[in-house]
Amino acid sequence: MKLRDIAHSRTGDKGDISNISLIVYDIHDYGQIKDAVTAEKVQNWFSDIVSGEVVRYELPAIGALNFVMYEALGGGVTRSLALDIHGKSLSSALLDFVI
Amino acid sequence: MNKIRIGSGAGYAGDRIEPAVELAQKGQLDYLVFECLAERTIAIGQKQKKQDANKGYNELLEARMRAVLPSCYENCVRIVTNMGAANPIAAGHLVMRVAKELGLASFKVAVVLGDDVLPELHRLDLKLNEAGVAVSQSGKDIISANAYMGIEGLLEALESGANMVIAGRVADPSLFLAPMVHEFGWPQDDWEKLGKGTCIGHLLECAGQITGGYFADPGVKDVIGLAKLGFPLAEVDESGDAVITKVEGSGGVVCEATCKEQLLYEIHRPDQYFTPDVVADFSNVSFIQQGDNRVAVKGANGSVRTQTLKISVGYNDGFIGEGEISFAGPNAVARGQLALDIVKERFSVCRFEPIEARYDLVGVNALHGVTRSTHGEPYEVRARVAVRCSTFEDAVFVGNEVETLYTNGPAGGGGVAKSAKAVLAMDSCLIPRDQVHATITILED
Repeated sequence: MKLRDIAHSRTGDKGDISNISLIVYDIHDYGQIKDAVTAEKVQNWFSDIVSGEVVRYELPAIGALNFVMYEALGGGVTRSLALDIHGKSLSSALLDFVI
Repeated sequence: MNKIRIGSGAGYAGDRIEPAVELAQKGQLDYLVFECLAERTIAIGQKQKKQDANKGYNELLEARMRAVLPSCYENCVRIVTNMGAANPIAAGHLVMRVAKELGLASFKVAVVLGDDVLPELHRLDLKLNEAGVAVSQSGKDIISANAYMGIEGLLEALESGANMVIAGRVADPSLFLAPMVHEFGWPQDDWEKLGKGTCIGHLLECAGQITGGYFADPGVKDVIGLAKLGFPLAEVDESGDAVITKVEGSGGVVCEATCKEQLLYEIHRPDQYFTPDVVADFSNVSFIQQGDNRVAVKGANGSVRTQTLKISVGYNDGFIGEGEISFAGPNAVARGQLALDIVKERFSVCRFEPIEARYDLVGVNALHGVTRSTHGEPYEVRARVAVRCSTFEDAVFVGNEVETLYTNGPAGGGGVAKSAKAVLAMDSCLIPRDQVHATITILED
């Protein structure tokens, strides 16, 4: 199963830091993503994009995880050479992750 | 219980105007807030102001005000905005002129100043967070420094009775928090209420992003009416609880899922969201659907504010040159790759040394790199070269080299586009709170 089947996601940017939320549609699936989608796995999943650390925060009240990825945006939105300077499309890559 | 209705009329500088008009006309609002300053917007404004002392504010300000002022005036909706950007005073005079032309009697604008701290940045020789050294040691060509101010100046402006409050750099949620504190008389050390109000402001500040914008995924998360997306409003009560909703009949959707996505948008630690007013705690926020397009927000909290304010610092950072060319049909990817290889070799043939370069195949690997591209060969691809350069001439050269592929490159290349631009980059630092002073200027007939 892909994360897309049970969760949705949005990416935000601040400087060279990207954060990706992962939110389950059904609160009963929260335990499953909490166990399966660790900071380490997300770090590996984005290893060719994210140079820095990945930190995970848990929000059980809304069934969500928040991944904060450092050195993720090619120097940040204002100086990046990337096509997607904000990294806005990264949420779609996370939803492609198989659990 | 005492309640107010606050609408969000823009989520960024260039946002749609009609949804704000819809809110002004049908939202039964008390306040309409326009949040229009991204990280870099104010630095761009400073550059414009240097060229013309009467510019440097939001480019859509006049169009927006011509569209919304008549309804706001008629319905007693007060406006709060950061559209002043790098030149709030000039923005204020422009709005006064528009109000006069529209025949709005006794119109009053309060302008909030004090965010421009470029002199203090140099005088205190503050440390730049990303550069990791003090300003004087950084060697950066700094063009702007603006402190994120909180609600203090906005409150004074609201107390003046002005129809409209225009600021430059103010923390986004503070634009929404100020009307709540003004109306409900919340003490400025009631951290829980300030945390709750900040959460509501954070939810509203990107406008359409909580009413179904930036949410749709066909077949999975369908949203109806995105071409007529309604912007959000919050019904806030004096305890700091709120319902997020939108004008009846407008496009989009307000549901728990749209609220959850926006709660975590651009958030790091959920229990420590720093603003000038409070350290807000969103970790126990919950949402409850109360009816069609009505979602209740509960559970935000806060703790004592910090003694420092964040400054965003804009500096000139060289140039970027780009060129693109497309290929289609059989073997398109191989021809696109050949195009990139040719340009790369041309750079060395011409003894051009990029400071930093990217060679992308749009449609294959431009967004997320090579390792994820497992979905088969696309019908068409676009080769893209982007290079950081030290001079504008070099940046122009990059695009020109891609253009020469028309007659010197792989078969069937088409649709060349090229650009060369100056880069305005941002860094940040912290400044002691007591070094930043909000002041108010009243404009009236």
